[in-house]
Amino acid sequence: MDKTYYNPADLKKFGNITEFQKELGEKFFSYYGEVFKEGALTAREKSLIALAVAHAVQCPYCIDAYSTDTLEKGCSEEQMMEAVHVAAAIRGGATLVHGVQMMNKVKDLTHG
Amino acid sequence: MKSLSATHDPLSIAARQVTVLEDPEGPGPLFDDMLATHGMEILRATQLETLQVNIGKMCNQTCVHCHVDAGPDRKEKMDRKVMGDCLRAIEAHGIRTVDITGGAPEMHPDFRWFAKECHARGAHVIVRCNLTIIVANKKYHDLPAFYKSINAEVVCSLPFYTASRTDHQRGDGVFESSMKALHMLNAEGYGMGEGLLLNMVYNPAGAFLPGAQEDLEKQFKKALLADHGIRFDKLFAITNLPISRFLDYLLKTEHYEEYMEKLVGAFNPSAVEGVMCRTMVSVGYDGDLFDCDFNQMLELPMAIGMPRHISDLSTSSVDGRRIMTGRHCYGCTAGAGSSCGGSTT
Repeated sequence: MDKTYYNPADLKKFGNITEFQKELGEKFFSYYGEVFKEGALTAREKSLIALAVAHAVQCPYCIDAYSTDTLEKGCSEEQMMEAVHVAAAIRGGATLVHGVQMMNKVKDLTHG
Repeated sequence: MKSLSATHDPLSIAARQVTVLEDPEGPGPLFDDMLATHGMEILRATQLETLQVNIGKMCNQTCVHCHVDAGPDRKEKMDRKVMGDCLRAIEAHGIRTVDITGGAPEMHPDFRWFAKECHARGAHVIVRCNLTIIVANKKYHDLPAFYKSINAEVVCSLPFYTASRTDHQRGDGVFESSMKALHMLNAEGYGMGEGLLLNMVYNPAGAFLPGAQEDLEKQFKKALLADHGIRFDKLFAITNLPISRFLDYLLKTEHYEEYMEKLVGAFNPSAVEGVMCRTMVSVGYDGDLFDCDFNQMLELPMAIGMPRHISDLSTSSVDGRRIMTGRHCYGCTAGAGSSCGGSTT
């Protein structure tokens, strides 16, 4: 048993999740493969979205995987960092837009 | 940066590299075992079409990942006698393509003579050009005109379409010099759709594999045209093979196992058929013969019974020979495959 929560070597074992629940695991990987195929969005665009989401959900495995994948798909460092800023902007915006709720509540309580 | 050879690094010895690659406990099965697992026969050559000639290891650049360990401190170069042997072999076998490489082959004092003689024998001449040599010195400024004079195909190399990643791999200022050289080639008609072929080699600047060649070509074309007004014909996406300085980099950064596992995991049986060693012979600066440029760097000679030296090629057949393989061959069979002409599938 590892003494840390995250081990980079575990990324390669992702497929092993079928060991405890075969059917759902296989359905997930089949779906996953379909999602990342070239479609209305290119595989490269999907990879950049995945990189941004990986940062938003703060998954170190996903960050490793999609940093490599975007590199392989020919993305530049600037493009990759802009994708991360998109994630940051949405996360920041999601916090700040709730400020309106706070303002509404404050005004409701203080202006009767 | 100095070459591994100049610093007497243990990895400058080819046998040391082979020991690392062929470690029985190393990542993945031996290459021939992998072929057998997929029900494939050992790799054999078909018909000789291309003579790839490494005329010397001197280069004006010292790239981090060079599999030749080339650089300004490498003095090995082919002499005229060996070049003459190459020309006799071209005539004897009716070889259609001569692929001249190095180092920077243009730095060899007999480069132009040799290229012209190959052209005079009806061979299609390919020159592997690092681009910066064209602007490195005034005496090289007319190289585009020279290439044109023999209708040579220029296969240039550019690590990436941005300055930062290119300069990181090749040294400060390389990207800017490469753009100047590409403008000079375009001005001569290369890459402009007029029959003068300007193809570009892309190989990843690190421990990762190249993506789909077609997609990368679109990105390179779009970026280079929009940002620099540069045109070229095709992009060849080539996988880095774990040899020489790239092997050194993988070992020093502890990426070796991971990279090899990636290559082995991406083994694609359908990429095997088109690997370049099946239709070519590689000639070292001293005239020694190999199945490919990578085997040359690992000093793995052709199979027993095959000619050892270019002077013997004129009177020998190499068609159908067994190709000498090793774990480095996974680099040419990963994903869409990789060869000096890009993907093999």
